[in-house]
Amino acid sequence: MIDRRTLLKTAAIAAPLVLAGRAFAAPQAGGARMLVVFLRGAYDAANIIAPTGSDFYATARPTLALKKPDPANPDAALPLDADWSLHPALKDSILPLWQKKQIAFVPFAGTDDMSRSHFETQDTIELGQPISGTRNYQSGFMARLAGAIGTDKPIAFTDQMPLIFRGGSRAIPNVALNGIGKPAIDQRQAKLIEAMYKGQHLGASDLGGSVAQGFSVRDTVYKSISEEMMAANRGAVSPKGFELSARRIGRLMRDQFNLAFVDVGGWDTHVNQGGAQGYLAGRIGELGRGLAGFADEIGPDAWASTVVLVVSEFGRTFRENGDKGTDHGHGSVYWVMGGGVAGGRIVGPQVKIAAETLNQNRDLPVLTDYRALTGGLLARHYGLEARRLQMVFPGTAPVDLKLV
Amino acid sequence: MLMPLLPLALFPSPLRLGALASLALLAGAAAPPGGDGRDMAIVDRVTWGTTPSSAAALTGHKAADLIDAQLRMPADASLPAAAQAQIDAMEIARTPMAALVVTVDAENRAANALTDPDAKKAARDAYNKHIGALSTEAATRSILRDLYSPAQLREQMTWFWFNQFNVQAAKRDIRAMVGDYEDQAIRPHALGRYRDLLEATLRHPAMLRYLDNDQNAAGHINENYAREIMELHSMGVGSGYTQKDVQELARILTGVGVDLKPDAPKLKPALQPLLVRAGLFEFNPARHDFGDKVFLGHRIKGSGFDEVEQALDLIAASPATAHHVSERLATYFTGDAPPAALVSDMAATFQRSHGDIAAVLRTLFKSRAFDASLGTAFKDPIHYAVSAVRMAYDGRVIVNAGPILNWLNRMGEGLYAHETPDGYPLTSAAWTGPGQLGVRFEIARQIGSSSAGLFKPPVPGATDQPAFPQLQNALYFNSLQHRLSAPTHTALDQAVSPQDWNALFLSSPEFMRR
Repeated sequence: MIDRRTLLKTAAIAAPLVLAGRAFAAPQAGGARMLVVFLRGAYDAANIIAPTGSDFYATARPTLALKKPDPANPDAALPLDADWSLHPALKDSILPLWQKKQIAFVPFAGTDDMSRSHFETQDTIELGQPISGTRNYQSGFMARLAGAIGTDKPIAFTDQMPLIFRGGSRAIPNVALNGIGKPAIDQRQAKLIEAMYKGQHLGASDLGGSVAQGFSVRDTVYKSISEEMMAANRGAVSPKGFELSARRIGRLMRDQFNLAFVDVGGWDTHVNQGGAQGYLAGRIGELGRGLAGFADEIGPDAWASTVVLVVSEFGRTFRENGDKGTDHGHGSVYWVMGGGVAGGRIVGPQVKIAAETLNQNRDLPVLTDYRALTGGLLARHYGLEARRLQMVFPGTAPVDLKLV
Repeated sequence: MLMPLLPLALFPSPLRLGALASLALLAGAAAPPGGDGRDMAIVDRVTWGTTPSSAAALTGHKAADLIDAQLRMPADASLPAAAQAQIDAMEIARTPMAALVVTVDAENRAANALTDPDAKKAARDAYNKHIGALSTEAATRSILRDLYSPAQLREQMTWFWFNQFNVQAAKRDIRAMVGDYEDQAIRPHALGRYRDLLEATLRHPAMLRYLDNDQNAAGHINENYAREIMELHSMGVGSGYTQKDVQELARILTGVGVDLKPDAPKLKPALQPLLVRAGLFEFNPARHDFGDKVFLGHRIKGSGFDEVEQALDLIAASPATAHHVSERLATYFTGDAPPAALVSDMAATFQRSHGDIAAVLRTLFKSRAFDASLGTAFKDPIHYAVSAVRMAYDGRVIVNAGPILNWLNRMGEGLYAHETPDGYPLTSAAWTGPGQLGVRFEIARQIGSSSAGLFKPPVPGATDQPAFPQLQNALYFNSLQHRLSAPTHTALDQAVSPQDWNALFLSSPEFMRR
């Protein structure tokens, strides 16, 4: 019986793609892939996967609420079930995935972090450590996941090394898809630099290996991506350019990487966020086109064994504020997509949304902890047993929502 | 020949004559500059990077003298005229921070009050441009000091403490405050007393905004700042304080905030004497929780801002603070995982000297662990960029820091850009990843190939002043080349042009270390 790592090595020998002097194995055709998409800024989930079945929803959001489903009204929300509807900006991108049962939504999802601080709660999610303990900022949950599943193809599509991939037994590359030009260091110089670093170590890190990997990842990404690049937007890939970059990520994950992270900023909508049209509608449309484009580019074979998890640090206030926006809240809606996802469902515990069920009379409660949700998803997706799962999310009992 | 006068100020005045004499010798190439390898390595560690002239100035002196001089160097050490002139022309240098903040706040309000969408957008753009320029000025000033200040150790410590007491400029109106925060809250105390530094950061509006204490009021407790003071700024995570201590400190800090209004808040007569205002800082007793508190095992009677003073005394005197701060300093100056014995010696000095930072550093610099670490610590991005520009142009003052600020952003260590209060990581693992190294080599090539925009004045229509990086310099031939490994020599020998050689040299493993 040949195990997966051996298979990868064998594949590398059989069909090496040599870049910068290093053999690069393509991920296994049917191998499990995962992309985590972080919507930084706390997206207003209640206007994207909207509880239009709740009368309180329309009351609480007199100017923002999406209209109840109505085939005659292009601005009305699109029905998912009796309680929930989809934002109309997702009609051509995400609704078809829903109809193919390749996307599930988990409402009332989030963390036990009640700080309502963006960075605090983003850290909580990326670190994936119990909130009661002390934080180790050098140990992100996807780095631990890479260790637990033994993947050798993780990558962050970000300009800085995100917390989520920090730590781990080996260095994980990060590449900003919004700042890549033709590499200034040519192949001759790269070879000379690699030669200088061969065998160089710094404590436990293998600098020589890191340098060689850096050149090969750079070349891989540059080869896959053409010159037309989106403009930078404060580190996170801007929603405007997300469709473009998501397609590129799809190609890169089809051919080169199997565990990836990307973040998308611009979701902190305190003022004039809009309803069926407007600022937030523009962002969500771009996100939907990006995710559908990702599924398209990665291709049917890889898509069948790929999971995309879309998260955000917290939900927003359920009532609209005095500026036709929403403020920091709590419970959100997480998305789980993939060719093998048991989708077309609203998943997880729910509660009737009304003034009396709001958390602190302000926002939606969290009924599904994201660690439990993600742990349960990972257990099924990667066949991770309890011991390995504890490496990823220590102290958390996974909840099996049978998403894959 | 460009006289590199600046590095002479690295030494106290009695030594300068000797240094001048040795410079004369250097000009005649009669003797190799610099002390022994250890002394040179100390210069590289205690400054933002060795330069030919700083190495030359070392001749005949011991690095111990340099360390002493650096530990005593005042915050107002003078910069070269060409650098000082750039700073003097800045709005942040000409206008007090409080006035700047009030001005941009008025611009922001006026923009928001407009109803015409086009006019509103134009006004908002103008506001963003203005407040952004203030932050860029601050970053430029910071880089000029790192490159050229004779008080090199103080500037390093200013970076270190800013990072320890991190704020992110992008939040709210901190862009208009961040220069003053660095210049007035951090720099004067960078080699002084930790207790003073702690209070200076607490009294600065940038910190109070960043960690939301301006919203912390009796009955509306916000624990954000209280937690970070103990977890990040002082005692360290897991050092024994409890969640209850966090809550009590948050109560003590109620009413500590920021006020842009010219007039004092209206208060009941009994509260009037308890009001504290200084610039934008305000302790508003009407927002304070006057109940008694128990903090770190001590009863603190509800009394107003004096509670904060008592709490800071307790925090600064805590053995956990001595240990945590010493460990961070040791990591910064010796590299990953400093020996426990070193940290405990430093912590003992910290406690004995009541938090005298210079004394703690003296213990560090005298240690065997410090000697053993010389030349092995991996440069973080700012050390990398600044040391490369110092080496390439020595004392010649750049006229545009923009390229350096851009490189720092690309390498993931932008000035005032770290979003979370923990600051940038001090350990090398954060900077040695494949992506990071790849970017660093690209930047090495930019610095090595041309002036890279460093000598192009940041005004429309300006043209580059002639400049070319000089990396194969006296320092290289006399000293550095003897310390390169055989593979590095082999690679450099294959350079096809001076630019190529520069790029390879700045990419070498030896140049990544200090």
